[in-house]
Amino acid sequence: MAVVSEQGAAPAAGGTPGPGTKGPRARWATHLVRPAIVVVALVVLYLYVSSRQLDSIERRSLNAAYILSRTWQHVQLTAIVSVIILLVAVPLGVLLTRDGVSRFSGPVLTLANISQAIPSIGLIVLFAVAFLSLPVYAIAVLAFVIHGVLPIVRNTIAGIGQVDRSVIEAARGMGMTKLGVLVSVELPLAVPVILAGVRTTLTITTGTVALATFIGAGGLGDIISNGLASNRNIVLVTGSVLVAALALLIDWLAAIAEDNLAPRGV
Amino acid sequence: MPENGRTDTGPTAEPMIRLEQLTKRYPGQDRPAVDRLDLDVPPGEIVVLLGPSGCGKTTTMKLINRLIEPTSGTILLDGEDVTRADPDALRRRIGYAIQQTGLFPHRSVADNVATVPRMLGWDRKRVAGRVDELLTLVGLDPDTYRGRLPRQLSGGQQQRVGVARALGADPEVMLMDEPFGAIDPLTRETLQNEFLRIQSELGKTIVFVTHDIDEAVKMGDRIAIFNAGSGIEQYDTPERILTEPATPFVSEFVGSGAAIKRLTLSRVGDVPVPDWPSIGQDTHRDERAAAVRAGAREFLPLLDADRRPLGWVPADASGDVLDRGLPIVTRIGPGDSLFAALDAMLAANSSAVVVVDDAGAYRGVLDLETILSTVHTDAGPAVPRPGTVATPGTV
Repeated sequence: MAVVSEQGAAPAAGGTPGPGTKGPRARWATHLVRPAIVVVALVVLYLYVSSRQLDSIERRSLNAAYILSRTWQHVQLTAIVSVIILLVAVPLGVLLTRDGVSRFSGPVLTLANISQAIPSIGLIVLFAVAFLSLPVYAIAVLAFVIHGVLPIVRNTIAGIGQVDRSVIEAARGMGMTKLGVLVSVELPLAVPVILAGVRTTLTITTGTVALATFIGAGGLGDIISNGLASNRNIVLVTGSVLVAALALLIDWLAAIAEDNLAPRGV
Repeated sequence: MPENGRTDTGPTAEPMIRLEQLTKRYPGQDRPAVDRLDLDVPPGEIVVLLGPSGCGKTTTMKLINRLIEPTSGTILLDGEDVTRADPDALRRRIGYAIQQTGLFPHRSVADNVATVPRMLGWDRKRVAGRVDELLTLVGLDPDTYRGRLPRQLSGGQQQRVGVARALGADPEVMLMDEPFGAIDPLTRETLQNEFLRIQSELGKTIVFVTHDIDEAVKMGDRIAIFNAGSGIEQYDTPERILTEPATPFVSEFVGSGAAIKRLTLSRVGDVPVPDWPSIGQDTHRDERAAAVRAGAREFLPLLDADRRPLGWVPADASGDVLDRGLPIVTRIGPGDSLFAALDAMLAANSSAVVVVDDAGAYRGVLDLETILSTVHTDAGPAVPRPGTVATPGTV
């Protein structure tokens, strides 16, 4: 049998991306813009700070060892919170799309919405008062997890929900198990949407982790808080720029992950 | 015979699929979606479930592989009661193709086709061989297409992959829900013909859902017509549904034009071609003119040395026309339907059409009178299995 006329309608073969997606080169160019901006901002900050005669209070916050230790604390706290959020939110989102459980997705999303609407400063202080027995570190992690869980739960539900029903029906009709459909059809096709939620959560978390300082859990918030307490604007600005730079860098890494983890053909 | 899927003309062989008193009742609805349905599907046949939207034909099809679990009743597959069998294992034995194709967009054509063989644990080499075999079968060159993603294919090609995937592990039974529904008429026609050719090789037992009477007549060995209440009004061969509708519902659903639809069931090769002389190319002009005038026909075909028709020589021909004849617009093959022949006549504004064999050699001339007499003969020509005929365009 000859391959018939419709062949002509098919797009060109090979790994060329479909319309709308940029070539790898263009994509890398956009990916390079953000770190460049961050580097410029940090260099400007460094030059500004080093051009100033710092007093002893300022020197206590603005030295390499202190900044590095607080940055490291911040990154650690963000990483721990994000990993816990991922471990909680993705399975929760998946569970809420299963038959029989999906009717709870409305109430759970409402709850998650509320938890995100509460100012995180209020949440963290509230928890610190409510759970006096817990170490501050655990309280900070718990508060930030609750605060950051929503985007991933919501996007996991949305991501699985947007998978073409006929694809799932065909998979089931061929004898794929429910778990098989989830693992090899629903989740891979939901990855781009879930990753968008992950990216949002990472950025939110990097920012809110700065609040950990208020219950003594450390991080770059310490520098901001030092600046406020001692009325030293240069310290305050340094802390803020560092948090912003970190948030931008983490968002940048997440964007790269999004580009590379999305399944082909979607 | 309404409400009964067993026909007295039914085959003596054991049915491949037997549905007994199958019922689907959804909670909160007074009327069952499918009510005590009996249906036998003989092995190797295409049974079309035909009916208006919402008549329960798709529900019935999904009850067979238990994508919808029946409330009561029995499903027998090749004599085995599968009503309580493991549904996933059951479905791996039954090919499944749907209108929207449901191809996995993130997987290559080869991975899509390999779905069921992999679930059945075939080794890598056997899977790869099977994928290439199936792609070739549905007319897609494996080297070109196996690595492509579904979105890199046209709609018709996606349907081909869908059919190949349904055939993955060589199931004896296939369920197809309007598999050619969402494509343009021309491609659809091609896919139908190719599918019938594939079926004539494979002889699968197929349950085919459609709402299109023309598709049903073309594809079906038998047609089950569903009424709005999901009862079967008539379960019979296409010819009998067209000629002897069992109920007013059936005649209304078949609609006007039942006679012309019957023409699609009869092949040119099966009707007696009237005596129609021809003229050889080696004859002289005068001989040709004399031959036409002497005969009862207004036109005679002019044949070359290999008996291929070159043109029509009319009775009043002169000059060049006597040399080459008037051009022949369409040639019909013995495998074409009478409908195609009539269509060719109307298109060419002629009352006759030249019939040639596969090699292009003259077989005779089919005229309008012959077609008319066929339509009016109740015992029309024996209808061959649709799958055994050549596809239009290849003759």
